[in-house]
Amino acid sequence: MADTPDGSYREASAPIYEDLQRTEEFQRLRSRYRGFVIPWTVAFLVWYLTYVALSNWAPGFMNTQVVGHINVALVFGLLQFVTTFGIAWLYAVYSQRNFDPLASELNDRFDRAAASAAGPDALRKEDDR
Amino acid sequence: MNQQALTTVLFLSVVALTVGITFWASRQTKTAADFYSGGRSFSGFQNGLAIGGDYMSAASFLGISGAIAIYGYDGFLYSIGFLVAWLVALLLVAEMLRNAGRYTMADQLAFRMRQRPIRTAASVSTVVVSIFYLLAQMVGAGTLVALLLGVDPNNNFIKNIVIVGVGLLMIFYVVVGGMKGTTYVQITKAVLLMLGSALIVVLVMAKFDFNISKLLGEAADNSGKGEAFLQPGLQYGATLTSQIDFLSLGIALVLGTAGLPHILIRFYTVPTARDARKSVLWAIGLIGAFYLMTLVLGFGAAALLDTSEGSTVGGNSNLASPLLAEAVGGGDGSTGGAILLALISAVAFATILAVVAGLTLASSSSVAHDLYRGVIKKDKPVTEKDEVRVARISAFVIGGVAIVLAIPAQRLNIAFLVALAFAVAASANLPAILFNMFWKRFNTRGATWSIYGGLITCVGLVLLSPVASGAPTSLFPDSDWAIFPLNNPGIVSIPAGFLLGIIGTLSKRETNSEKLYAELEVRALTGAGAEGASQH
Repeated sequence: MADTPDGSYREASAPIYEDLQRTEEFQRLRSRYRGFVIPWTVAFLVWYLTYVALSNWAPGFMNTQVVGHINVALVFGLLQFVTTFGIAWLYAVYSQRNFDPLASELNDRFDRAAASAAGPDALRKEDDR
Repeated sequence: MNQQALTTVLFLSVVALTVGITFWASRQTKTAADFYSGGRSFSGFQNGLAIGGDYMSAASFLGISGAIAIYGYDGFLYSIGFLVAWLVALLLVAEMLRNAGRYTMADQLAFRMRQRPIRTAASVSTVVVSIFYLLAQMVGAGTLVALLLGVDPNNNFIKNIVIVGVGLLMIFYVVVGGMKGTTYVQITKAVLLMLGSALIVVLVMAKFDFNISKLLGEAADNSGKGEAFLQPGLQYGATLTSQIDFLSLGIALVLGTAGLPHILIRFYTVPTARDARKSVLWAIGLIGAFYLMTLVLGFGAAALLDTSEGSTVGGNSNLASPLLAEAVGGGDGSTGGAILLALISAVAFATILAVVAGLTLASSSSVAHDLYRGVIKKDKPVTEKDEVRVARISAFVIGGVAIVLAIPAQRLNIAFLVALAFAVAASANLPAILFNMFWKRFNTRGATWSIYGGLITCVGLVLLSPVASGAPTSLFPDSDWAIFPLNNPGIVSIPAGFLLGIIGTLSKRETNSEKLYAELEVRALTGAGAEGASQH
């Protein structure tokens, strides 16, 4: 990455990026990515804040005993662990199936374009390695 | 051999082991990419362990189990925030940052912003967050080592020597070993910490027939607080202000992790974004398992130790885990107790060393790469060798500053310093990182306003809060200028950081930022043109 260490912006990017951004595959990748991460982020934040709020303001509910000395508060806390592991696992499976093939296809296209284009700018990636 | 001699021997073994690893790693550190990012050649699993080693600080290992031992359920609330926070890093930050950046947090912003202002801002907030966090760890190290070696806790001379010693070690790891050395120190620590905790957990559970309910019941009885010990509210439930304070803390914990510079630079140490994803998945597994263990350690300490006021643990809750290890090993005076106490103390010491090394590396990288190369030497070319030399000098300076500040900071509460570092990270760094990735219009003014604005709001509110003045536990207990009632500023400063980012952006149009967004977005999502692993 040729980040120019001066007071202005980096040098203008290679046109290949704008071409790639316009492709149908990239549009699909972006909408799949955002379609997954935004709703799930909202969901786990709401779930977590619900837990914090209940701990603060719903003692009657949280203090209900479930089995022996195990109460709702502890179960709710442990459920936060379960959902965290669950969402992480879901993301791992979903991203591998739905993002990775599109990303590598676009990445290959970039590499081919960079290799065939003339001029050092397009070959920047190779220079840095 | 008595217990203190054994503890000393194990402490020295930890130091010798990590120093050896660092020398070994230094022979493979040649280029700037080696120094800053370990050549980007770690596997997802290795980096997952190192993230765990970077993240599970003494504040978690000693602090959370200690908080559970004293406050019961309320101590557990911390670990939940610390864990759920990793979903923000996994879903929104890790992979895109890996693809878009190079060595520091600022790289990803400088991709499409004006270099000098954005690198200055990002570097300032990196150093501030890291210094708060460093102070917490070093103050903790001083207290802990003094107590474990049986030195009078009021003997500041010994504590200061420990702080200086820890400071010199962390400078050594970073200057000599760079990211490679630091990473291996963190991996070693993570393995020691997981094994050590697992051993104590098994021994504790064996005392209660592996029955959680029995453990909880005896913890409640022994604490003298009954069932209330197992319910939320013992620490925070008193008034509406303390409840809102708790909500504010919860928000900072869950949003802070993905803005901590020493965590962010760990994503650069792997060859691809997919490896960055794998490392976060491993880290979530490890950290989650670890916090479940602290639950057993904390309630175990409450059940088996005297935690009343005036007892050793009641006076310093950080000692709950080490003393619990002694108790399950056979108690005070037994050989088993002495061995386990020394072992867990050495693990805690390794924990502190690994975290301070990560923090020193993050801030010295930012000073060299962002301030020196990006701002000071703006028009002249800088060789890699020169840049790495400056990074090493910065490690000396930052380490020195941390030592000098840690000595007077010993009056500050450790958990508070950690919470403050999270609040600054969430207020100043996270808004800029997220807007940069998800919002095309976002620009230099928005980014600098959100970084400086979040930072100043956060630190300013703390200065105006009971933390600084007006309460018996304040920094200045005899004066009172506290006009902000909460100890945790996050509930105000985090929205302020986001809002300033929006206002700054909308008040000025920067077409260059918008044009460069195409490259940033394509690169972040596909990895096209991203930095690869260096080949030796």
